[in-house]
Amino acid sequence: MESFIQNLVETHSRRPTRLLAILRAVQARYFHIPNQAIRLLSKELNIPTTRIIGVIEFYSFLHLTPRGRYDILISDSITDHMLGKHNLMDYLSNKLSVSPGSVREDGLVSLDNTSCTGMCDQGPAGLINGHAITRLDRPRIDAIAQLIDEQMAVEDWPKEFFEVGDNIYQSDLLLSSRLTAGQGLQSTFARGLKETLSEIDHSGLRGRGGAGFKTAMKWRFCAEESEQERYVVCNADEGEPGTFKDRVLLNSYADQVFEGMTICAALIGAKQGFLYLRGEYLHLYHKLENVLEQRRQSGLLGNNILGKDMNFDIEICLGAGAYICGEESALIESLEGKCGIPRNRPPYPVSQGYLNKPTVVNNVETFVATANIALHGGAWFAAKGTEKSQGTKILSISGDCLRPGIYEYPFGVTIRQILADCGAHDVLGVQIGGPSGTFISNQELDRILGFEDLATGGSFIVFNSTRNILDIVRNFTDFFAHESCGFCTPCRVGTSLLKKQLDKIVDGHGSAGDVVALEELTRLVKNHSHCGLGQTAANPIIHTLERYPDLYQSQLKKISYEPGFDLNASLETARRMANRNDAGAHLAQVEE
Amino acid sequence: MSKTFTLDGKPIPFEDGQTIMQAATAAGVYIPHLCHHPEFTPHGSCKLCNVNVNGRNCSACTFPATEGQDVLSETTEINQDRQKITQMLFVEGNHFCPSCEKSGNCQLQGVAYHLNMLDNHFPHFYAERKMDASHPDVMIDHNRCIFCTLCVRASQQADSKDVFAISGRGINKHLIVNSESGQLKDSDIDAGDRAAHICPTGAILIKRTGYTVPIGQRIYDHKQIDQVSLETEHESHG
Ligand SMILES: Cc1cc2nc3c(=O)[nH]c(=O)nc-3n(C[C@H](O)[C@H](O)[C@H](O)COP(=O)(O)O)c2cc1C
Ligand code: SF4
Ligand code: SF4
Ligand code: FES
Ligand code: FES
Repeated sequence: MESFIQNLVETHSRRPTRLLAILRAVQARYFHIPNQAIRLLSKELNIPTTRIIGVIEFYSFLHLTPRGRYDILISDSITDHMLGKHNLMDYLSNKLSVSPGSVREDGLVSLDNTSCTGMCDQGPAGLINGHAITRLDRPRIDAIAQLIDEQMAVEDWPKEFFEVGDNIYQSDLLLSSRLTAGQGLQSTFARGLKETLSEIDHSGLRGRGGAGFKTAMKWRFCAEESEQERYVVCNADEGEPGTFKDRVLLNSYADQVFEGMTICAALIGAKQGFLYLRGEYLHLYHKLENVLEQRRQSGLLGNNILGKDMNFDIEICLGAGAYICGEESALIESLEGKCGIPRNRPPYPVSQGYLNKPTVVNNVETFVATANIALHGGAWFAAKGTEKSQGTKILSISGDCLRPGIYEYPFGVTIRQILADCGAHDVLGVQIGGPSGTFISNQELDRILGFEDLATGGSFIVFNSTRNILDIVRNFTDFFAHESCGFCTPCRVGTSLLKKQLDKIVDGHGSAGDVVALEELTRLVKNHSHCGLGQTAANPIIHTLERYPDLYQSQLKKISYEPGFDLNASLETARRMANRNDAGAHLAQVEE
Repeated sequence: MSKTFTLDGKPIPFEDGQTIMQAATAAGVYIPHLCHHPEFTPHGSCKLCNVNVNGRNCSACTFPATEGQDVLSETTEINQDRQKITQMLFVEGNHFCPSCEKSGNCQLQGVAYHLNMLDNHFPHFYAERKMDASHPDVMIDHNRCIFCTLCVRASQQADSKDVFAISGRGINKHLIVNSESGQLKDSDIDAGDRAAHICPTGAILIKRTGYTVPIGQRIYDHKQIDQVSLETEHESHG
């Protein structure tokens, strides 16, 4: 192990900022991070063991105790549930004789749930030793069980198990773009850097990751910082359940993503860029590395880009299972090899980001848009959309519709139109922008997509009338409790309390005051949390309470108070110890 | 003329670079807090110090003071929310004050008195947490840790050591110790360290010093935490 660790640390130039990548490699080789590896890394990287343990215990894909040699994770997205995930999990668990959340005794297999893997258009999905696996059904599970029994290496499994389709159904400005490598950059240099920034300004482009900050303004702020060392970061963490459009952009439009980043680097004066790729998209890693290598060969990355006085390169950093790392300051912490805990702001990343240097963080789609705006000009983009929301937006559509996949629309399109295009019938409601976004009912289908009405990072999940709203809300609420980074009290404790309170009501243990208590809790978590995760974690409850108050009320018992704690059941141990089971050894929960 | 902002309608002078908390403390105004300590880098995690700045909630201990800000702190609504956040901390861990050595000297308890917290309000988590009594002089009772990271910061910033860290994600957060065995006895901690005395609750205690001051004669048995806080922290804020 010693030489393995030493080599690994050398490959990463002994930089503690690469801790996540190093730990991923150790995990892949030993199926966990052994104690000895922690000691060695602490010595080699000159960081305390507690920092390494902290990182391992923060990220879902790193473990202190061994996982199976075949580590299977099944996506827990609501869309996977709608495709029968629950039954499949039982089947898989029986077939492999391992219960979810555990490792089989022989150490060969482990099974668990994982947050949405970004395959909602081709689920039920999962990850096997980190590799995305799609369209799970019983025959496929039978085949997988057999391959595991035969101990066949995952690399040798049938390729179709790992096939990931793009499923593009509707293209507009961006998806129909034929921009070839270097074109956007050439236009940028030809037009002039200042002039290109003006074009981006005139395009009206606002960030596509959800928050919608004006892109040109972000770049200008960064460029105006006095500190000269600056960074460009592409946020490809795409963790919002139901979002998978960045996966498609990275798979089929990677050159445009990197082109956008390089243009940004030219405009703000950065020498180094990072693509922060969610761990779930490991299958894209080599493909993206190849695109980068080609761009270096073509003089589009490296020194003297296009013969100009410009040096810039891009490094890909993989995440390790943490939704919070999509939050830009948490992402930067993660890039620095730490736990993904959102920073206090101000200062904002544009002034103090990566290594406390000015940093631009943008979404994948934002960079694709800037590359195309650099080529076609701002007016080309601004001609589409509405006055307040210019251009187009790429949606990831999943759930109850005939054609789940990728759709690009000019802003201003109605929800009704989108539902018609993807073949959705008998609609109950739509979750727009993922669990952190907005739930709308079938009474609101004439609302429009845009920052002035329904803003979205791209997730669009359709529910038909056979679905149970409370099941949906429960799935989303569990997601936030699982993904809270735990830094601040209202989110760490509050998201778990939301889960408890919702479960109490849905399981029929709620009484008169319980919906009011739930409402009060949503307000606390929303108003006092440190970052966007906590501030939106209660949205699924808030939005459905607003729309279906009777649904919640009807779950309540008619008595005035019902404790969340089963008094009689908790006396079971005492009864066993006292060898008693008479009436006197039982307690009524409430006085009749 | 120095710059000012208003706090509950009262002008508070500040210097550039000061946080709202620093300026308020210097002006003799208490804002409830637990993870903040004037000698260490602000952390901003307990959210007890949340104030309303021009209509938005911000943590007073990390948010910079700026000219003309309109800050609200002592409103009924904000104090009710602070009480609920304190209750969250109580139900998350296992706090049985009557059997705790820190009772009366505990800031969590002190803040709870101050906010007139009369019950736990939320359901208990009954988290299973351990004790570490391995060290001859210092002990940890994880049941009472509120993850304020003051011990982490004190060890780094005052003791030039690195004895503590917070590990885990979400509700699984826990305090860990930097030593081969993970136990306190094998760490660099010393009973004289700042880190061994900084804990606002009864999670880190010094052995064999218990009950030297009887319960009923302790800090918050006689004074409110706002008064104590201003008396002890005013100086260090300058
Ligand atoms: C919990 C959380 C998760 C987020 N996840 C993502 C994400 O996966 N991708 C993304 O681009 N932005 C995400 N964001 C938004 C980023 O913080 C940031 O606003 C965005 O990357 C900026 O890029 P843009 O201006 O191009 O949208 C997330 C924010 C929060 C609070
Ligand atoms: S740490 Fe404080 S609040 Fe917790 S039990 Fe001890 S005295 Fe009570
Ligand atoms: S042990 Fe005490 S000082 Fe350390 S984090 Fe926990 S509550 Fe804070
Ligand atoms: S922001 Fe991470 S727990 Fe609150
Ligand atoms: S004192 Fe400000 S967040 Fe804890």
